Amino acid sequence: MFALENVSHDFGEGPVLTGITVRLAERRIGILGANGSGKSTFARLLNGLVVPREGTVSAFGRSTRSDGKAVRRDVGFVFQNPDSQIVMPTLEEDIAFGLKNLGLPPAEVTSRIEAELNRYDLAAHRSRPVHTLSGGQKQLAALIGVLAMRPRAIVLDEPTTLLDHRNRKRLLAVLAGLEQQVIMVTHDLEALAGFDRVLVFEEGRLFADAAPEDAIARYRALID
Amino acid sequence: MTTKDIVKIALFAALTAALGLFPPIDLPVLGAKITAQSLGVMLAGALLGARRGGLALLLFVALVAAGLPLLAGGRGGLGVLLGPSGGFIFAFPLAAFVTGWLLARLSPDASILLGLAALILGGIGVIYALGIPWLSVVAKLPLQKAAIGAMAFLPGDLIKAVITLLIARAVRRAYPAL
Amino acid sequence: MFAPFRPGSSWLHRARPATKLLALAAAGTGLFLIESPALMSALAALALALFPLSGLPLQAAAAQLRPVALLGALIVLVQAFVGGPETALLVGARLVALLLLAGLITLTTRTQDMINTLERALRPLARFGVNPARGALALSLAVRFIPITAQIVADVREAQRVRGLENNILALTVPTIIRALRLTDEVADAIEARGFDPEKGTS
Repeated sequence: MFALENVSHDFGEGPVLTGITVRLAERRIGILGANGSGKSTFARLLNGLVVPREGTVSAFGRSTRSDGKAVRRDVGFVFQNPDSQIVMPTLEEDIAFGLKNLGLPPAEVTSRIEAELNRYDLAAHRSRPVHTLSGGQKQLAALIGVLAMRPRAIVLDEPTTLLDHRNRKRLLAVLAGLEQQVIMVTHDLEALAGFDRVLVFEEGRLFADAAPEDAIARYRALID
Repeated sequence: MTTKDIVKIALFAALTAALGLFPPIDLPVLGAKITAQSLGVMLAGALLGARRGGLALLLFVALVAAGLPLLAGGRGGLGVLLGPSGGFIFAFPLAAFVTGWLLARLSPDASILLGLAALILGGIGVIYALGIPWLSVVAKLPLQKAAIGAMAFLPGDLIKAVITLLIARAVRRAYPAL
Repeated sequence: MFAPFRPGSSWLHRARPATKLLALAAAGTGLFLIESPALMSALAALALALFPLSGLPLQAAAAQLRPVALLGALIVLVQAFVGGPETALLVGARLVALLLLAGLITLTTRTQDMINTLERALRPLARFGVNPARGALALSLAVRFIPITAQIVADVREAQRVRGLENNILALTVPTIIRALRLTDEVADAIEARGFDPEKGTS
């Protein structure tokens, strides 16, 4: 549940996003756009990693400008490269990291780690050095690190781009089964099939905002 | 100290370890080989500055002390730190700090020679200043003799200072936001 | 992980790392106060004996000496000419004793326990602005980064092999550092996205 009001942003070298006003309430929302279209910046606005120069972004009723920390409790973020997200040497410790940041008591931390590792069949790998895991396992682990924090919404920035076909399907299957709102930036048009709504960004503006088939058609026309 | 600072500090500690994996550089003229690892000390000071660079190398030494085989040749543990070359390693954090501190004192258009002098004083001078006395104590040799022994590495170290300068400039050009 | 720790249940294994480190510091200092080559040799033998007494094979003891063997031998040789055979024995035995005692600590202490102890030891630096919880994150991150940077080095080497530059120090270091630095922005974002507050650190 996000609301953006007249949002514009730049990083000092020309506008990256201009005049974005939009409400995001649907369960599954996709974000499309060419590289440099502003889609990744848009994604980072949703959890307050980026605070817009103009306009306001609110997530679940909280402003990202004044309440970033609380927003990040509600909104999880998954990046493209799993190696950037797993910050501890083992899976167990990494899942614990986010939970400790939430201030959860040790018993709760342990029980959540158990639950998540078992749910996704990674319990056997809990203490292995992370760099020995496969790319697919790492990306799943990164997702779990976020899911364990029980966010109300998850934003993903091209989560499948670096994965092979099989792991991509696996990750998408996991995403499909999630309770929380999922907002996914992607180049993977097939992945958006079951989604409720797709936004297309072009040169920092909202170019299209419709049901997947329509939005994708317009996106295709744009890039061809 | 921002999160980015913490990440960069951790990264340079790991980079110093990774430099230990580099093949030894041949110095055909002197018939000696030099290892790339001490480049990490000077680079941390040059690229991260005194405080972050010093902390990065402190982190590195802590991990070596904890037993990780991060020194060139896959060495690690308390033994290496207490042995004859221990002083040189303990000097790493201070050397990075002093290097960064000296470089920060230079104006942006200071000559390359001054930059080199900073690297040599901080990156090499400090390391020898701590390493040689420790070597002298462990080997029970008078300071001069220990110094003469250590000085064999000086030509290689001077070359490393030049290499560091080149690396630092290239990195800063590609990644100005250090 | 890739540390020399050898699991076991000897008294050394069970002792607290902080105690062992203090004992090592004390023993190390003591060793430098002893002037008798005979006593020193006895202490070196004692240090060696502690290996089997702690359930560690003698090979492990040899492994402690091997990295410093060349330098150690050189020092002893020089000392034989400078100070005489007695001094050479003193220095040699002391080196052996030091390395073996230090090695015992490293072999009987889990890396993570050592890191925790060192992290606690760094707490006094809090007055210099070093937040201990940040220190814990930095330590774990560094360990996490080691295989990642090693992989970057390997990748860069492969790429430079095409140009015949796989042994060129500049061609290897510059791209490695740049690639590694590019990672840091996203890593920092990912850390903050999971609730880390640089002001407070993690509990």
